[in-house]
Amino acid sequence: MTQPVNTNETKTDLYRRQFLGKTAAAAGFALAPGMLLTEIAHAKPADEAVSTKNRWGLLINTNKCASGCTACVTACQVENGWGEINKSEELSRASQKAVWIRKVKLKDKQTGHVQSLPLLCQHCEKPPCVDVCPTGASFKREDGIVLVDKHICIGCRYCMMACPYKARSFIHETIKNQKVHAPRGKGTVESCTMCAHRVDNDGIPACVEACNAEGHQAMYFGDLKDSNSVISKELAKNGGQQLRADLDLNTGVRYQGIK
Amino acid sequence: MLSHKTIISTLLSILLFLPVFAQADNLMPTVPKAKAKANPETLCVRDVKVMRTNHMEFLMHQRDETMRKGIRTKKDSLAECITCHVSKDDEGKFASYGDDEHFCSSCHNYAAVKIDCFDCHNDKPTAASKTGSTVK
Amino acid sequence: MKKNIPFIAIEGRSSGYYSLLALLGAFILASLGAFYYMEHHGHYVTGMDNQIVWGMPHVFAVFLIVAASGALNVASISSAFNKKAYKPLARLSGLLALALLAGGLMILVLDLGRPERLVIAMTYYNLKSIFAWNMLLYNGFFAIVIVYIWTMMQRNLGQYTRAAGIAAFIWRLALTTGTGSIFGFLVARQGYDAAIMAPMFILMSFSFGLAVFLLVLMASYSWTERPIGDAIFNRLKNLLGIFVASVLFIVAIYHLTNLYEAQHQGFEAFILLNGGIYTQMFWIGQVMIGGIIPLIIFYTPSLAKSRGLVGLGALLVIIGGLAQVYGIIIGGQAYPMTLFPGKEVIETTFADGAIASYTPTLAETLLGLGGVAVALFLVAFCVKIMNFLPASLADKDVDPHYKAS
Repeated sequence: MTQPVNTNETKTDLYRRQFLGKTAAAAGFALAPGMLLTEIAHAKPADEAVSTKNRWGLLINTNKCASGCTACVTACQVENGWGEINKSEELSRASQKAVWIRKVKLKDKQTGHVQSLPLLCQHCEKPPCVDVCPTGASFKREDGIVLVDKHICIGCRYCMMACPYKARSFIHETIKNQKVHAPRGKGTVESCTMCAHRVDNDGIPACVEACNAEGHQAMYFGDLKDSNSVISKELAKNGGQQLRADLDLNTGVRYQGIK
Repeated sequence: MLSHKTIISTLLSILLFLPVFAQADNLMPTVPKAKAKANPETLCVRDVKVMRTNHMEFLMHQRDETMRKGIRTKKDSLAECITCHVSKDDEGKFASYGDDEHFCSSCHNYAAVKIDCFDCHNDKPTAASKTGSTVK
Repeated sequence: MKKNIPFIAIEGRSSGYYSLLALLGAFILASLGAFYYMEHHGHYVTGMDNQIVWGMPHVFAVFLIVAASGALNVASISSAFNKKAYKPLARLSGLLALALLAGGLMILVLDLGRPERLVIAMTYYNLKSIFAWNMLLYNGFFAIVIVYIWTMMQRNLGQYTRAAGIAAFIWRLALTTGTGSIFGFLVARQGYDAAIMAPMFILMSFSFGLAVFLLVLMASYSWTERPIGDAIFNRLKNLLGIFVASVLFIVAIYHLTNLYEAQHQGFEAFILLNGGIYTQMFWIGQVMIGGIIPLIIFYTPSLAKSRGLVGLGALLVIIGGLAQVYGIIIGGQAYPMTLFPGKEVIETTFADGAIASYTPTLAETLLGLGGVAVALFLVAFCVKIMNFLPASLADKDVDPHYKAS
């Protein structure tokens, strides 16, 4: 650190004041959609490291998730530059192309009930992909976001073998025209980043934003450790289940309404 | 004591090799100019000399800070280097990494230093995402 | 007291020897070409994708790595368990173990998405990763077995052979446990997630390793016109039979356990009944070719008399072994993971709930075969430059008291 300590303190104080101000301003919108609340609740200066004070999570209400709507998928593609958005991934077969988030439609074998939901990296508290990675490229940030550090990924694909959600993709060819905040390259593994670049700048993931923009409001983003966050309150009130709960991974992505 | 012979031969050899030294100037890489001066005093985010010799360490440090800790300060950000240093050619197109006209490869080609940054990172300036650009 | 059998390097000047090296060399070059092709273009030129992430290279690599530790068994029996009859074979056993491991690891490394970052794999360790443990286990195996062979070859170090042999034996058990655990510790997939994977891999290693050893021994002795007596040959053959039977046994336990549990019944039906190629691989490849036929050959006296048939039996064990590893690696991935118990996926863009298909391309198959070629090339080369092979394995030299039954 080159800056004197007192500058830092001043900066932090300033940040706290701004934060309090914003919170006060937001108090009137206590019942406003989660988007606004979450945006204010975690303002962080750019030079501050993420910490275990937060744990970012998603809550997906499958009752509100519209069948046939792929707004979240498209938004993710546009934001992170994969799928049809990135024309450079053209030689790979369909089964070789990267998929960060996908919509699946389920039918209950017994009752015939049909529902649809988005499936993406579940950002586990105890991620199997992180356990098995030989180099530590697959890692979990302090704030619970699970990422691949492509700088030290050797492309062994063991994480893909270990992930119970098939959330990861291997890049099978040379990629060009990447988004600045979403580097992607041949021979490495990638997956949903929970839009860490947005979260670090007080934003919300692109999928959530798109779902809200469509008026479905099926996805909530927020801090699972903040009991006052919309997501925590909603989870406390109505619950939210994990996929493959039997594995006890304590996923950061929870679902409501799977029945 | 130096003999006449030695002095003459030394002078002769200098004369002989002078054209080589003169040409060496042209052999140096032509590094494209940056679009702006990040700092009017140091000309770049740090003293140019320091940047030339140590940029890889700053980038590596920033790489781990951003990747692991979510610290997204601009000073040593690769994207910022690219935005400022990679410029368009006469036809309005950005050079690609590997071309002698690309800021990074102009020198890396000359020094024969292989890097894999641009296997994953974009080698050209792009418009940042809506929320991604609101760095404080 | 019988005198020790001298170890003599093979002459290695015949056209046959050079033809063998040339043939293996051609396979190695082809695999390097395949490697360059795959790395230059990316893995899109392979049959592997985001559903089947480990393919043919891994089948060959895992087979070779498993066989490597098994090939060391002959040496272990001589040193750790003090069976004198096996002592003349110990050097070759150690050499074959090193060569097979080298071949297997070459495949694994060359299949990586970023093979040029091997140095990262050696410098960044995530100690919770079974892969990282395995990297330590592989390197340790090389070191220990080299020391072990050294104590056997250096006259004044003979007193340390037993200790080195015991260390190598323990290490090889750990190594195969590690290899099996690569799969055993994967909670996500129906076909894996079983502690029995580790002991199963150990028994597989006994069987595959000895089958490879027997074939290499037969080939090198027949081509150099050195004798192998019935005493040592029948011991090896009978031992291989026991190993083959024990693999069948543990495979049966593995599937019976799965069959009993409702949540694994879908996977079992896939492997045992309706999995198409994987069902065939299991019943025809693994059980018939790799198990029952070799057992019949080894234990029917009239058949077992023929060296050619026993050699064929060992070859069948290898083919069945490859089928078994294929079933474990590819079959285990092809069967879909259950994300939503009790539900059927009716729409998806990522093949959820569907059985994945896999067609290996020539490149990835050549890469796998190249690993085999590297292993055999190393053996052929080393038996020429160093004294690995006993001059004779005739009954009178190995065990003067042996009487043909």
